[in-house]
Amino acid sequence: MTDAALQVPVAPRVSPPTGNSKIEIPGTPKMEIKDLRFYYGDSLALKGISLPLADRKVTAFIGPSGCGKSTLLRVLNRMYDLYPRQRAEGQVMLDGENLLDPGQDLNLLRAKVGMVFQKPTPFPMTIFDNIAFGIQLYERVSRGELADRVEAALTKAALWGEVKDKLGANGLSLSGGQQQRLCIARTIAAKPEVVLLDEPCSALDPISTSKIEELIDELKAEYTIVIVTHNMQQAARVSDYTAFMYLGELIEFDVTDKIFTAPGDRRTQDYITGRFG
Amino acid sequence: MSEHIVTSFDEELNGLSQKIAEMGGLAEQSVADSVAALVSRDVEKAQRVIASDQRIDKLQQELEESAILMIAKRQPMARDLREIMAAIHIANDLERVGDLAKNTAKRVIAIESNFGSQRLVAGVEHMAELSLTQLKEILDAFASRDLAAAHTVWQRDNEIDAMYTSLFRELLTYMMEDPRNITFCTHLLFCAKNIERIGDHATNIAENLHYLITGTTLTDARPKQDTSSLTSVEYREA
Repeated sequence: MTDAALQVPVAPRVSPPTGNSKIEIPGTPKMEIKDLRFYYGDSLALKGISLPLADRKVTAFIGPSGCGKSTLLRVLNRMYDLYPRQRAEGQVMLDGENLLDPGQDLNLLRAKVGMVFQKPTPFPMTIFDNIAFGIQLYERVSRGELADRVEAALTKAALWGEVKDKLGANGLSLSGGQQQRLCIARTIAAKPEVVLLDEPCSALDPISTSKIEELIDELKAEYTIVIVTHNMQQAARVSDYTAFMYLGELIEFDVTDKIFTAPGDRRTQDYITGRFG
Repeated sequence: MSEHIVTSFDEELNGLSQKIAEMGGLAEQSVADSVAALVSRDVEKAQRVIASDQRIDKLQQELEESAILMIAKRQPMARDLREIMAAIHIANDLERVGDLAKNTAKRVIAIESNFGSQRLVAGVEHMAELSLTQLKEILDAFASRDLAAAHTVWQRDNEIDAMYTSLFRELLTYMMEDPRNITFCTHLLFCAKNIERIGDHATNIAENLHYLITGTTLTDARPKQDTSSLTSVEYREA
């Protein structure tokens, strides 16, 4: 028996690791929100939000009603400009350009940053024209090319198979889920770079919801996507990054997997586990 | 931790913790009884340990079923999800502890007629005391969600490992002295190994508790001092 064989190595005393801190987004963000404040008249709805939106990734905004997440989304393509007494301060950079600049061409901006709303909003016209309308708003294209573009958009929105034989039917005759995919098709037909989705599935049944989620997975190969959702599981499923907002402030921003398994802030934890009083 | 808006969710989570507490109590009892049976060569007690293992198995099954149901119904997130996952893992560890106690009890019956040195049994008994302390402390730490206590248990497992290694060496020597000791010593060796593993399960529970509380995994190599797999004793003619 050699003593060496029985030599007991002294295990180093190690202190267990603690939680991770804030994250850095790899690569250059597609959009960057910097110290954004937003006013509805005199009331401050966003209290200095700073947040990067990663290129060709899905970022989810979550938080209780009235936390400012939809407001934030509406700033990203200056939807608020349509309303009096609403104004934004700070910066929202898109490819290095501040889209809050007064000189910003809003039509061009909204072509670059498309939006899909909570309730499907097809125009009261044919399925074909619903898509063609969006394209013709920004570009002059031949009849033949237009047809190709409509087909391409409907295919990308996973709707082509269901509507190809009834392109002349009214857009409003489609089911809720189909209408929502029609709206997504209309948005991407304009070749945007960023797609904003404001609770796109809240009015849809589970099957339509799955189809939209599948679509989001496919679309993120080409587009930077921002989604506002009240469905925590949906945010966990579809997004890469998640921002939790509360009372007009950004409480926590991190990789989605981290937010839903081990959030850093107590308020995030309380919200996503259904403990908010 | 503040309460859920849906109170039945809190009740379900508490239910999991209560089952863990119950399983833990039973597992501790089984380990203590199996070692007591070994020390006092009490076959009846050993048989009771064997019979009582069913209860632990059943509790584990119940806990797993309610955990699965909770995942399906509540789609838990963050701390809730970690509570449920930790409960599943810890129940699994406790069920194994029960099995190990049962195995020790079976060996008590096997070596009844072939009993050797009481001194060696005392060595196993001493190891068992340490393992039981680890088990008790980690169950207390779980009940109070005490991170510091979990780390204490996590770092103390090496004492049991070191004892096992020295007992292993002693048993080998004893077997070489007289081959008639081999049956007894081999069974005793397995009993010692059972008890060493109970310590490992206590450490597993500590790791799960760390995950439950912090959301991070204990990635550092666990202190390992069971070097018996590297140990040999040279045979010398008397």
